[in-house]
Amino acid sequence: MAEFRMPSLGADMQSGKLLEWLVKPGDVVKRGQVIAVVGTEKGDIEVEVFEEGVVRALLAAPGTEMPVGAPIAIIESAAEAEKVAAAPVSRPADVTGEATKTVAEKVTAVPAPRPANGQRIRVSPLARKLAAELGVDLSQVRGTGPQGAIDKADVERAAAALKAQQEAPPPVPTQPVEAPAPPPPAKPVDKSSAEFQASMRRAIALAMARSNREIPHYYLETRINMAKALAWLEAENLKRPIQNRLLPAVLLIKAVAKALTQVPQLNGYWIDDALQVAEAIHIGFAIALRQGGLVTPAIHHADLKSADELMETLRDLIMRTRAGRLRSSELTDATITLTSLGDMGVEKVFGVIYPPQVALVGFGRVTEEVWVENGLIGVRPVVYATLAGDHRASDGRTGAEFLDVLNRLLQEPETLFSA
Amino acid sequence: MVATRTFSREELRQIIFNQLRGLAPEADLNYLRPHDDMREALEIDSFDFLNFLIGLAKETGVEIPEKDYGKVSTLEGLINYLLARL
Repeated sequence: MAEFRMPSLGADMQSGKLLEWLVKPGDVVKRGQVIAVVGTEKGDIEVEVFEEGVVRALLAAPGTEMPVGAPIAIIESAAEAEKVAAAPVSRPADVTGEATKTVAEKVTAVPAPRPANGQRIRVSPLARKLAAELGVDLSQVRGTGPQGAIDKADVERAAAALKAQQEAPPPVPTQPVEAPAPPPPAKPVDKSSAEFQASMRRAIALAMARSNREIPHYYLETRINMAKALAWLEAENLKRPIQNRLLPAVLLIKAVAKALTQVPQLNGYWIDDALQVAEAIHIGFAIALRQGGLVTPAIHHADLKSADELMETLRDLIMRTRAGRLRSSELTDATITLTSLGDMGVEKVFGVIYPPQVALVGFGRVTEEVWVENGLIGVRPVVYATLAGDHRASDGRTGAEFLDVLNRLLQEPETLFSA
Repeated sequence: MVATRTFSREELRQIIFNQLRGLAPEADLNYLRPHDDMREALEIDSFDFLNFLIGLAKETGVEIPEKDYGKVSTLEGLINYLLARL
């Protein structure tokens, strides 16, 4: 029996308002299934579950504001559900008792391997080692690797969440809700646009103030000749119907992701005074909202995606960010941030790192510039790539190496998407 | 895709405006002048601009290649470009 807690959807989140349950007690849920919608400063977020099981109780009524880490539902794992089904009694009254007990037990719970009769979980060896070190219960970790495998980044996130929970105020006692309240409004908008703006501003203020207070940033920039990359893109787009056209951002995302495979020290988190390099590369892509503010949802496994997959993901993320309907994993998984202010006409952007990440890559607008090559003067489309690095986690030398690799990758666009 | 047919200048203007309204609902298009850079005036990013062109292609059947983006940055330029191809 596991309590499902209000997730932390970013370093800046203190609490979330439960807006809507998409499941009811008795429902079977699958790993990755969206079970609730939670209102945050970044819009309404679809919250996913980490493991298969049966919903036993909902602990928060729609409309309730819950602190991060507070249990909001009881979900019985698939293996446990079988046992309960075999047992003769099943009583709603008990659910309350068990729920409280589980909460109490949980705080001191020792990491235990998942029951042998449960579904096997895939875990990378590195992740397993790290979980042991950090005291993370692998059965409670949601994997984002291939076939749902748990990788190092997943464990790191779980450890960070665990820490946040321990630091969070003790959960407020809640009345179990037997069944979802009468259908909530289809689109629960209880905040005016101005209020939403103000709360998003506060969330950004909190995260950025923390970043500026804690992270000793260093900045590097380099000029990249984009002639080959843009020529490749134009040729590629000529072969496609217009609705499948690729944006230059797709090339930049892929190049950053591939460069990180060669310079992994910039991909990860600074947790407990140590750099934890993430195994998976999930690029947080900064998306500005028309009404102001910005959100940086993660493009999962950007290094492994094809051009079409990246474009499709980008399109989907932008649409859902603007509609205010992202998923919890997209708000929490980013291992680095990429911001491309190219559309605003600026040439360079020096970013503020989103904690606990350790780097931010920025691209300006592509402009035609004088370019000297082999003693000849010409004009080329040029973009300035910048890197903001956390000096606790890496040094300028590492950052310089990253920008150098990034540049080289963009000079060979035809190989960028080959394995 | 809609089979190409002939459009008047005014019809094209309406089609363009309908697409722009979808992208920048808060903008008052009456203030958009024929030679303004549309993307700058309405703060349309590259993602929205591509969606705009996809929308236009559905309505008119004309797919504007990237090399011609410079010719269609203003309302006037875009209408003339489309008229020449319809």
